[in-house]
Amino acid sequence: MEQLKDKLVSSFMVIENELNNPDWAPVFDVRQKAMDHFETKGFPTKKDEEWKYTNLKPILKHDYKLFPKRDAEAIEFKDVKRYFLNDIDTYRIVFINGIYSSWLSQTTHHGFDVCTFSSALLRYKDELSTHFAKYADNEESMVALNTAFARDGAYIHVPKNVTVNKPIEIVFFTTGEGAEVMTQPRNLVIADEGAKVQIIERHRSLTDHAVLTNVVTEIVAEKNANIEYYKVQNDNVSASLIDHTNVQQARDSHVSVGTFTFGGKLVRNNLTFVSNGENTESHMDGITIIGDGQHVDNHTLVDHKMPNCYSRELYKGIYDGNAKGVFNGKVIVHQDAQKINAFQQNNNILLTDRASIDTKPQLEIFADDVKCSHGCTVGQLDDEALFYLRSRGIPEYEAKALLMYAFSADALDYVRIPELKTRLNRIMGKKLNVDLELSL
Amino acid sequence: MSDILDKVTQSEYKYGFTTDIESDQAPVGLNEDIIRLISHKKEEPEWMLDWRLKAFEIWKQMDEPNWANVTYEKPSFQDIIYYSAPKKKKELASLDEVDPELLKTFAKLGINIEEQKRLTGVAMDVVVDSVSVATTFKAKLKELGIIFCSMSEAIKEYPDMVKKYIGTVVPRTDNFYAALNSAVFTDGSFCYIPKGVKCPVELSTYFRINEAGTGQFERTLLVADKGSYVSYLEGCTAPQRDENQLHAAVVELIALDDAEIKYSTVQNWYPGNAEGKGGVFNFVTKRGVCERNAKISWTQVETGSAVTWKYPSCILKGDNSVGEFYSVAVTNNYQQADTGTKMIHLGKNTKSTIISKGISAGKSHNSYRGLVKMGPRADKARNFSQCDSMLMGDRCGAHTFPYIEIQNKSAKLEHEATTSKIGEDQLFYCNQRGIGTEEAIALIVNGFCKDVLNQLPMEFAVEAQKLLEVSLEGSVG
Repeated sequence: MEQLKDKLVSSFMVIENELNNPDWAPVFDVRQKAMDHFETKGFPTKKDEEWKYTNLKPILKHDYKLFPKRDAEAIEFKDVKRYFLNDIDTYRIVFINGIYSSWLSQTTHHGFDVCTFSSALLRYKDELSTHFAKYADNEESMVALNTAFARDGAYIHVPKNVTVNKPIEIVFFTTGEGAEVMTQPRNLVIADEGAKVQIIERHRSLTDHAVLTNVVTEIVAEKNANIEYYKVQNDNVSASLIDHTNVQQARDSHVSVGTFTFGGKLVRNNLTFVSNGENTESHMDGITIIGDGQHVDNHTLVDHKMPNCYSRELYKGIYDGNAKGVFNGKVIVHQDAQKINAFQQNNNILLTDRASIDTKPQLEIFADDVKCSHGCTVGQLDDEALFYLRSRGIPEYEAKALLMYAFSADALDYVRIPELKTRLNRIMGKKLNVDLELSL
Repeated sequence: MSDILDKVTQSEYKYGFTTDIESDQAPVGLNEDIIRLISHKKEEPEWMLDWRLKAFEIWKQMDEPNWANVTYEKPSFQDIIYYSAPKKKKELASLDEVDPELLKTFAKLGINIEEQKRLTGVAMDVVVDSVSVATTFKAKLKELGIIFCSMSEAIKEYPDMVKKYIGTVVPRTDNFYAALNSAVFTDGSFCYIPKGVKCPVELSTYFRINEAGTGQFERTLLVADKGSYVSYLEGCTAPQRDENQLHAAVVELIALDDAEIKYSTVQNWYPGNAEGKGGVFNFVTKRGVCERNAKISWTQVETGSAVTWKYPSCILKGDNSVGEFYSVAVTNNYQQADTGTKMIHLGKNTKSTIISKGISAGKSHNSYRGLVKMGPRADKARNFSQCDSMLMGDRCGAHTFPYIEIQNKSAKLEHEATTSKIGEDQLFYCNQRGIGTEEAIALIVNGFCKDVLNQLPMEFAVEAQKLLEVSLEGSVG
């Protein structure tokens, strides 16, 4: 852990020189500050209340390569085709080992910007200096680390009243180059007044070596904007992901974020919604289905600063083998943020005695005229329902899978891209070890 | 509505008075000598003193916890008088020998010992500033083999039993305040119910912090032997004082196989005035351990104290054991409460229920903090938790911090929490039926807390309802 920290600190000096050119000036101070912060604070430990149930030690002991070579053409499209939504046309921003791959990508500047963070740093300095590192909590040391090192990622900017005509896929591949790799992508999404966009983010490791991705995404929804953001986390079991997503909402905006986790060794999702205007709507959906050797931690925070807003949170988890699940949902309603309707639900099923779940749904309410509730359950499949299905000639394992599917599927209700929904259904079927053959 | 609000926020603390009883005080401060002095004054055996000194060693190495969702000026532990006993120390056989001043105190509190003795059959072990003064019904309890006495008496009379059980549920190393209490506790209650005995009366202790500047360090140990039953009441009020008073009690319950303990508390210590000045700091460690088929039920009504930090817990060690927690916490003005429970399921088929009702008014903060843990051996463990908060006014806060840790696939758990306010339509309905706003609020609040109040023994339920009315009536805006 300390070794990796030292390596990061000394590596920063290397990129410092590279970054220290005039083009990067507006963000350089921010980076320097972030690095200083990381250096004093270090990696989070279990002593931090926010990291109480997630131990980063096992994934920080590797000797990660921080600056992989720029051989971005190394993978063929046919090898990675299955990680994209093929049935429909999409915009694509693809990175290999954290480096942009123009070969696999399809970007645009017509009507709206779907491009890379690094090119935006050169082209859109104003936007960058307004939004970069303004939202994600730089007090959190993993965010600070990303801020210091962030060199590339996706940049999406949709101007006023524009609807992006097809979904945007952001895909990060890691090939490893025969070594353990750590990447730190940084995404920025800005939807101006009345703009509408759908985004799918995916991380995929193509190697058996340990991979650590520390990603930060900042999302800005201006007045009346509509953003749908889906995270498909189905990586192999040697890859770990630490994700911070911060959503800023202006009045009348709608944002929904879906987090679907089926793979990965350790996945930590920090999802923060800040409602800065009245009448916003926020949706958070999550499905976690994991097994042996996996650990998934979902941390959500909904910060209601203004009155008359609605937030809804639905997280479902199924844990097999010695999987470990963590859920921490926090809703804050500030003073004078009256007439808030906040709902939070977390349901879990443990399939074995070695699996465990630690959940902590929190409410912090400072306004009196609100409707806030949370519910949390841990349980098993209904024996009677299982018996019913079996008595109708459905084999036990299939009946179980059907029930588990039914248990988690309502978190898919807000997925509005049919092809993505089909894809998620297929992954879930595979994960539950049954061909569901559901034509959804 | 606002004048009602004023009326309530300005209403004086009803129980704020000081009784003039001469006290035998230890010097201010805390060190080994003070502990030796306490131990000596109480004529304790050597092992007890060693036990205290060890606790003091542990305490010195601990830091005051600051994770709770409360802010207050940390008490200075060197400015507290750790021992104060009323000077008259002769053995009392009947109530006539009790200091008349003291009897007046109880009369003011509305607790007439004789009345209680005659009419309700409640045996009282009255604790005024750390030393038991009057004990009633002792003879009757003795017949059944029930031991109900002060802690200091127990240490003298039943050292084996105390030695066997003290610190087994709340070890000295448990937390900062438990360690402090272990080092300096002055008195408390000890209770032992023998095998198969159902205690015929509700055992009850009234605590009162009396001497200005004395911290109250009570230690309660309750052992219910196999197949026995006991219902224990604890009620607390403190006189009005300007400086903050520290109260750090430890309560240990032990329910052996098939035993049942029902522990009820009504806490109405001085909450400070409307500006948040003064009031009692209440940092209490309460915990019970359930052996096979045993049951522990905690019921609490918390309306007092400036700062409350209290988590009555159950360790469900034996198979089929049951833990219950019913709580009403009311905060007004600048009060802060961080309270809840821990249910640790270790045995098979263990069940727990948590019902917590928090009401915040004025500028107060009310937090529910709880832990439900089901270990890998806790097959078919079952928990139901419900935490409801009610907010009155827009300057108060309600918080919930439930921790849920499950390691067993056959465990079942449900947790739900809601936050709401008194509905205007409910008020309107009552008003329109000719029920005044104040009365209507009392009705609604009582309804909100009904699940918990129903768990209280009769005598307490009446008092608790009155307390709720006193602390809250009309504080909705």
